[in-house]
Amino acid sequence: MIEIKDLHKSYKTGATSLHVLKGINFNVKEGELVSIMGSSGSGKSTLLNILGMLDEADTGSYMLDNVPIKNLNEKIAARYRNKFLGFIFQSFNLINYKTALDNVAMPLYYQGVSRGERLDRSMAYLEKVGLAPWAKHLPNELSGGQKQRVAIARALASDPKVLLADEPTGALDTKTSYEVMDLIQGINDEGKTILVVTHEDDIAHMTKRIVNLKDGVIIDDSYVEQVRAKDHV
Amino acid sequence: MFSRDKWNEIIESLSSNWFRTILTAFGVLWGIFILVILLAAGKGLENGVKQGFGGMATNSMFMWTQTVAKPYKGLPKGRRYNFKTKDVQAIKDNVPGLQYVSPRNQLGGFGGTNNVVRGLKSGAFNVYGDYPEIINQQPMDITSGRFLNYNDLNERRKVAVIGEGVKTTMYENDEEVLGSYIKVNGVNFQVIGTYKKKSTGGGNSEEDQKEIYVPFTSFSQAFNMGDIVGWMAITANDNNSITALKSSIFDVIKENHTIHPEDDRAIGNFDLFEEYTKISGLFTALNFVAYFVGILVLLSGVIGICNIMLIVVKERTNEIGVRRALGATPWSIRGQILLESIFLTIISGMAGIILATLVLWLVNYALAAQDSSEMMFINPSVDLVTVIIALLILVISGLLAGLIPAQNAIRIKPVDALRTE
Repeated sequence: MIEIKDLHKSYKTGATSLHVLKGINFNVKEGELVSIMGSSGSGKSTLLNILGMLDEADTGSYMLDNVPIKNLNEKIAARYRNKFLGFIFQSFNLINYKTALDNVAMPLYYQGVSRGERLDRSMAYLEKVGLAPWAKHLPNELSGGQKQRVAIARALASDPKVLLADEPTGALDTKTSYEVMDLIQGINDEGKTILVVTHEDDIAHMTKRIVNLKDGVIIDDSYVEQVRAKDHV
Repeated sequence: MFSRDKWNEIIESLSSNWFRTILTAFGVLWGIFILVILLAAGKGLENGVKQGFGGMATNSMFMWTQTVAKPYKGLPKGRRYNFKTKDVQAIKDNVPGLQYVSPRNQLGGFGGTNNVVRGLKSGAFNVYGDYPEIINQQPMDITSGRFLNYNDLNERRKVAVIGEGVKTTMYENDEEVLGSYIKVNGVNFQVIGTYKKKSTGGGNSEEDQKEIYVPFTSFSQAFNMGDIVGWMAITANDNNSITALKSSIFDVIKENHTIHPEDDRAIGNFDLFEEYTKISGLFTALNFVAYFVGILVLLSGVIGICNIMLIVVKERTNEIGVRRALGATPWSIRGQILLESIFLTIISGMAGIILATLVLWLVNYALAAQDSSEMMFINPSVDLVTVIIALLILVISGLLAGLIPAQNAIRIKPVDALRTE
């Protein structure tokens, strides 16, 4: 699903150049649930941004579902993001003047799906994350866990190939974190490929594979015994 | 482009901060309000001053004889001459593009001795010998009876149309005017009508109501004028300006009266059209000033919108990042900001136009309550074309106001936009 070869990325700040990613080789097969770990500054967010086409690598190749992601202009990048990827952010990034339902419908809006169908499909995803009764609520009327679940529903709405989660539990307490992880595991069980960036060990162990980043290189990439979040809730 | 969702988005984002939206809108509202009011005021003044011409055919000139200033073909300078009735025909035949050529004669004058008598009453009035066309050149309202017609001219009837001023001097309040007789320099004329002249805005409007009009032919016969014509009022048709035709008219007269072709002083004239053009020019300038000032005021409103849109974009940087992560193309973001800006501009502009219209309506309402004949300010209004131009200016300025913020919104990379909290 994801094939990355010899990926380099550096940021220029004035005269100094910061080499963040120093040759990443990394493959993800369909249906995997991978966590990317590393201390801050290890380059995990940069990697995720490149995977998410929000940022572009300096050198190296990136294939997503056998489509080379290279030299995209903003318009095509936007279309690919919409078609291939679903984003889950640490700070939820819901649009605060839109109801939960409208938030979930956003990716479909940019796909050009008609309003009626859009709302039907969004409603189905809200039901899936167990928030159907809150469909008409604004984000600030929801708890953190609920917000993240709306964000997950939104990420799923466009039926993407890969879900990218950037510290999905970073702003949540332990109990809610496990609830969210339970949801993510459930989605993965249905066959969706998911990448989770985290720095929490317990969250990482709820995935099937842990990739450890340090100073811009992968120092460890191993499959682990998945801990079911349900057991901890 | 105009889907329901787009509109929802616009309304949502504009209504998220009502106070700010309204303040911003007020800038544009004020600008367009000033523009419309200024244009309307200019129009009102123009209407008022043009009414001062009393609805006179403005494409007209008046022409009279003076003394000849150059000797010619054995005739000396300083010679006097008179227009003749055959000159009228000659002008009509030789100068194309004229609408009316009215020969006129006159008796009496301002401050003259009493020349009109009726029973025991007498008065001093201007008495004119005229053709029926004169009513088209110097309009007057016939308040009773009728004006002169060609039967009166051809049969040399001794009939007269008198002004309201004459009526008040020569008649008791309840006396029947039509059919009665007045004696002008000893000759009886039957009154067939009364008139009231439209205002000329000048100081002699009182005097204007104290005139007596009789047929030109009867005048010549009754007062021994022969074929002499005192002066002429000449109007060109709508396709020609009298100023352009003037010299060819003079040429005809010079030819007929053996006057040196380069003698500019033999014929006196007053060119109403030239005066009118000058005043029209003044109003063109006034209109220009109105547009200039109005658009500048509007501009400050537009800059306000531009500013606010910049702030809005700044505030929504994170949201824009989210949208782009979810698949919004740069154009959909740009279009969103532009539409918001145009929408805000047009809505507030419309409100400004409506407000201005309301004010104009009130002003007109107040003006209508008074007698407008002596006012210098009548019916301030703007025509539809002006309103459409104003709207067009609004759309363009809304677009311009949105352009910079929209570009700003795009310039930030989605990854940076997402990082903003």
